[in-house]
Amino acid sequence: MSTPVRQELLPGVFLTSLHTKKFKSSLLSMSFVTPLAQETASVNALIPYLLRQGTVCYPDMQSLAAALDEMYGGSIEPAVRKKGENQCVGFVGSFLDDAYTLDGSGVLDQAAGLMGEMLLRPYTREGAFCPDYTRQEKANLVDRIRAEINDKRHYASTRVVEEMCREEAYGIGYLGREADVEAITPQSAWQRYQDLLAHSRLEIYYCGSAQAEKVSNAFLKALAGLPREGGYQVAKTRIVSTVPSSRKVEEPMNVAQGKLTMGFRTGGIAAASPDYPALVLCNALFGGTTTSKLFLNVREKLSLCYYASSSLLRYKGIMVVSSGVEFANVQKAEDEIMAQLDACRRGEFEPWEIEGARRYTVSSLLTALDSQGRQEDWWLGQAVAGLEQTPEELAQAVEQVTVEQVVRAAKGLRLDTVYFLKGTEG
Amino acid sequence: MEEKQYARVGERVIQAQLDNGLRIYVALKPGFQKSYAFFATNYGSMDMRFKLDGQWLDTPAGVAHYLEHKTFDTKDGNALQDLAANGSSPNAFTSLSVTGYYFESTEKFEENLKILLSFVSVPYYTQESVDKEQGIIGQEIRMGDDEPETQVFYGMLEGLYENSPVKVNIAGTVESIAQITADTLNFCHKAFYDPGNMVLCVAGDVDPERVVAIAKEVLPQQGNLPVERDYGKQESPRAVSGTWEKEMAVSTPIFQLGFKAEPPQKGENWLRTELVGDLACEALLGTSSPLYAALYRDGFLNESFSYGCEAYPGVAFLCAGGESKDPEAVRAAVLAEGERIGREGLDEGLFRRLKKAAYGNLVQRLNSFETICVNQAMGYFNGYEYLAFPELFDHITKADVEACICAVITQEKCTLAVIRPKEGEA
Repeated sequence: MSTPVRQELLPGVFLTSLHTKKFKSSLLSMSFVTPLAQETASVNALIPYLLRQGTVCYPDMQSLAAALDEMYGGSIEPAVRKKGENQCVGFVGSFLDDAYTLDGSGVLDQAAGLMGEMLLRPYTREGAFCPDYTRQEKANLVDRIRAEINDKRHYASTRVVEEMCREEAYGIGYLGREADVEAITPQSAWQRYQDLLAHSRLEIYYCGSAQAEKVSNAFLKALAGLPREGGYQVAKTRIVSTVPSSRKVEEPMNVAQGKLTMGFRTGGIAAASPDYPALVLCNALFGGTTTSKLFLNVREKLSLCYYASSSLLRYKGIMVVSSGVEFANVQKAEDEIMAQLDACRRGEFEPWEIEGARRYTVSSLLTALDSQGRQEDWWLGQAVAGLEQTPEELAQAVEQVTVEQVVRAAKGLRLDTVYFLKGTEG
Repeated sequence: MEEKQYARVGERVIQAQLDNGLRIYVALKPGFQKSYAFFATNYGSMDMRFKLDGQWLDTPAGVAHYLEHKTFDTKDGNALQDLAANGSSPNAFTSLSVTGYYFESTEKFEENLKILLSFVSVPYYTQESVDKEQGIIGQEIRMGDDEPETQVFYGMLEGLYENSPVKVNIAGTVESIAQITADTLNFCHKAFYDPGNMVLCVAGDVDPERVVAIAKEVLPQQGNLPVERDYGKQESPRAVSGTWEKEMAVSTPIFQLGFKAEPPQKGENWLRTELVGDLACEALLGTSSPLYAALYRDGFLNESFSYGCEAYPGVAFLCAGGESKDPEAVRAAVLAEGERIGREGLDEGLFRRLKKAAYGNLVQRLNSFETICVNQAMGYFNGYEYLAFPELFDHITKADVEACICAVITQEKCTLAVIRPKEGEA
């Protein structure tokens, strides 16, 4: 029921479409998928924002906003994401579903048309992107890169992954580096954009009340004129399973609370592995839920951290533990986190812990089916990784996982990097 | 039990009022995996002074939030764990005027609902656990100290209001929470966690008869009318101070611009005030207004910008904020635009399109069960029927919005709060 229809619309252009009447809105997305590389990361991240500035028919943001307002306040937002070692750049749009318009008129054709217009017919000056738009969006991109430090919790999680993957493509920031933004010109961005149009895989997604055929027709019409000249490769994500020795990185910043993050390699287990469901349950037991060992012991019992949790980077085979601690307690917190992991490795689980973690995991996978945004993100990730598993199928697999399998997954976890965001005083 | 059809937004809701005063809403959502239940009391951080058993009581800042944390404790352990063990995601929040407890689950809905109603309505506060919580909440307050968005919002409220407890930090301060004892929590629970002061909102593919039966079974038979509260002496229509500033480790200045508005009376007028206020923000500085386009183009605003109208007991304000290299220039431009609209009126076409867009967005937001439930609860507490908004919305005119802008967007009602980057850091 929640399995979408997938088809190749044009060479290297795939449409994943899900027919449902559950929602008030329809969700559309278009993403170019291209291997993460330092030299192109910034310019790729810039391109959807440049395209969002204006098109041939709607030359500025104000006229674009007016067009979207006319479609009942639809939205089309630039989206820049990392899926494994690929960078996905494009748009995600949300529109009032046809059933709820005041005059019963359909929004899908117009919405797909406008997104196609943005993708294919940008506003140009002298055969390249508009210099004013380029200057503004370069400045915004630099702000966005710098703003990563504003959310310290998120920043510390990003930094630990950057540090541990500094010699892998995965370590490249999804927005690229500030230093690389400076060198971008309207012409160089234009060149890169032409390259994406002609040679990159394009992933399209739709979720809403329209039937598959109507959807594919709407997108085929919207993409008329897309040059396709071959290529379309996506990167196969490198999964590192061994850790020669773990590292510690400390960074001082003017913060009131320290942030301790720890990056683990999962021993080669990632989304495509048969052992992945066991790793998912292992993560839930260790730090993924409010019944987890980290939450109950490190946070609640010892009051060492305001938060302590773990999460998986499913396509890369990494687990990140993230916590907020007083500076003085950092070593205690790290020791306790490792002690809890050891308990997992010894299989010290009460039946209620296992049941709680399993129910939580299954439930959170199934509720993805109630969210258009989560489904879109899931299917983009799966498409890039070449996987077809649905959230329900993963949930079913998690139901079958045994404690022995969890213990094996826990034993495979190797601490790679410890990162600590510490205060500047003392 | 009474069934209401809200055809324009595609919702069916069963309503009931129990003898103890509890109001129940059940939004029927066939085809969804998850069910959501929201159990809320009309008690928030602003309710610091109130009359219980004939006596006026003053309580320390942060009690409502502290109570929320400790309410999960039960005689047998912790309800968070009980709910999580069933795979549901429970949580709670404390706002200025409401404390809400909720869970989302894909299985064992009835069992989870019983747990929710029981732990919230049966107080179990021991001095030992209250003392232990000081550390956790202290850390939460410290974390808020590092969040520029939180800080700048309170800064704006401080600039706008002289007496109103709206400006008091929801979590309190490390000093104020130190005064909280098990006793404080017990009498606040008695005053506010009474079925007569509460509402239960459910959304999902559930049996409404069972919801009502469970509420009758778990909750006390008797209830009381809501207690009287004191929000300080009536505020002057002017802002206390035009500016508020602080330095923090941020990359660009972060600001909140606030305008003091006339507080609404309870009833339909409350919702109307918020809808008109939101439309006024859209027309004045919204992302498809001429002013935003100009400010974005000149690099004074970026996509981090957000805005809206908020109303609480005795207070209402319009606010807009985000990152800006020059917040003072933004304020000057907003005031000038307000004056221009006062002089020339709003463009007819612009108003029509903004209204259409705002309508579509209100409907789309109902994708979220949380939005449905929280808005129905707010509507109940403030005397209006939320899902009937389309009819109210139809009758809002251009003149209504112009009148709001003229009345509110003035120098003397305005505060600009700014967090500036600390020299030599970040």
